[in-house]
Amino acid sequence: MSGNRPWQELLSWPDLSWPLVYRVFCRNLLLFRKTWMANIMFNFVEPIIYLWALGFGLGVYVNKIHGLPYINFLAPALVASSSMFATTYEMTYGSFTRMAVQKIFQSMVATPVSMDDVVLGEILYGTFKGTLYGIVFLTVLAAFGLVRSGWALLAPVPVALMAAEFSILSMIWTSIAPGFDSFEYFFTLLITPMFFLSGVFFPLETLPAGVRLLAWFMPLYHAVEAVRPLILGTAASSVWGHLAWLAALVLLTLRIPLVMVKHRLIK
Amino acid sequence: MSVDQQNQPVVLVSNLVKKYGDFMAVKGVNFAVYPGECFGLLGPNGAGKTSIVRMTYGFSPVSGGKLSVFGEDIMIRPRAIKSRIGVISQDDDLDPVLSVRENLMIYAGYFQIGKQIAKKRCEEILSFMDLQDKSDEPVENLSGGLRRRLTLGRALINQPALLLLDEPTTGLDPYARHLVWHRLRRLKEEGTTMLLTTHYMEEASQLCDRLIIMYQGEIVEEGHPEGLIDRHLGREALELGTGGECPDSLFDDSRELIRGRQGMGDDLVLFTDHGLELMDRVAAQADRQKTPIRYRRLRPSNLEDVFLQLTGESLREDGAAPLPGKRGEEEGEDVR
Repeated sequence: MSGNRPWQELLSWPDLSWPLVYRVFCRNLLLFRKTWMANIMFNFVEPIIYLWALGFGLGVYVNKIHGLPYINFLAPALVASSSMFATTYEMTYGSFTRMAVQKIFQSMVATPVSMDDVVLGEILYGTFKGTLYGIVFLTVLAAFGLVRSGWALLAPVPVALMAAEFSILSMIWTSIAPGFDSFEYFFTLLITPMFFLSGVFFPLETLPAGVRLLAWFMPLYHAVEAVRPLILGTAASSVWGHLAWLAALVLLTLRIPLVMVKHRLIK
Repeated sequence: MSVDQQNQPVVLVSNLVKKYGDFMAVKGVNFAVYPGECFGLLGPNGAGKTSIVRMTYGFSPVSGGKLSVFGEDIMIRPRAIKSRIGVISQDDDLDPVLSVRENLMIYAGYFQIGKQIAKKRCEEILSFMDLQDKSDEPVENLSGGLRRRLTLGRALINQPALLLLDEPTTGLDPYARHLVWHRLRRLKEEGTTMLLTTHYMEEASQLCDRLIIMYQGEIVEEGHPEGLIDRHLGREALELGTGGECPDSLFDDSRELIRGRQGMGDDLVLFTDHGLELMDRVAAQADRQKTPIRYRRLRPSNLEDVFLQLTGESLREDGAAPLPGKRGEEEGEDVR
């Protein structure tokens, strides 16, 4: 319980009870079950518009990319990006509401639940939600006939790892957010640039080397590069590299939001 | 009670200190809460009450001194100790989208209470708190009084041996407040130990066996509610509407009856054990001197008077303006 030494705390083991982490997750799941219709609609309209407008609209004017019709290039990446948006909205606006407005975190830690349990439960929920949205979007693609391989069944793996990382990043931002307005910055400065520079709409090789290097650090880029070949049936060993990169990033950053939320709430 | 008093204290606090940066919210406080009693922390906002409650359930780390709950340091085995505590915090921290029953069931999960037992306790609590009609209502549709009842009910889901009540009735109307008090008294009769903070004198008188009066992080007085009134003031208070102009000669023939006096705005309050006689004498003297007194009112002395006498400050949030430079920083907003 070191009061003011966050660096030491980052290296310490969190105070976790898995059954209670699960209870925190279940609390959010219960809420999700009440509102999932409205939620899913909201999060799906946007990628489907992209699919129609860009895939069928713009795609008519675009030459093949890597020998693929544009819609086949774009659609698999939208699985990853829609998952990213579902997770980031949930773990910024949603988590901030629970933490600062409804004071749910506070009421949970008055029970045997620890603050580490609460934050990890939130991150698991964000991961679950993002993965679920990715899976549903994948089913939509299958219905449009845009899935070309059985390997697509493995697409949820990179999506889940990416969603976990976005849960972590969002939670870090939430832990220092003074209010709802600050999430605009999160989306404008981080999420939107990532959306456009992660190879969702066009291959990165056309970009200058500096930007390509930047993209290499973006979780969405690695998810897109893993999901696209799985859905198109062109999976190569490079998929493993992207998965390992995502998994390593999750493991390296997971402790940070736990420490930061604790520092915000516990005084 | 005397047998219980020899038991190990449920909460034992010695030289307890709480600092937020450079600000010292609790400055070396000592007290013990024994099994089965209701112990009050009474004081205005900023006195350090909430800080003590938060330390007691391990939310807020102790800055100095010792605090043990059920004989243990809460920081060492927080989960085990928290499983025996019920907390009613100052903020409304219910789950607004969930129904009344869902709030109870979800909370039972945090204590890992089995589903069947949780269901049974949930029904018991709904009936104890008179919430059966509302059990499927989302909490966001409930009035403040109902929410508070649910907050209290939720704190009972683990059948706690110790209840921590941080201003349990602040902001409630009189009916809702009395209902909460009634339930708390029943819980006390069943043997639940309570640590209660309040700035309502009446609440402290109604519920507390013993209390401490806190001011700016320190204990200024402790004892039984009645005993404190007796020790400091006398049983009755005579309020005089003197309009600020009150010659001392008005009390020339009644000095021996007056145990204390306190200005309240433009008016004056005298404390005595002989209220009627004092009122007559002062009235007669006022007639003789032609000193105008707009009104006279005799009432029982209360803890608020004791507090005023001890600190020169009003306890009520909406009461008289505090003396300049005598108020601590606001507490209770530590969690943004």
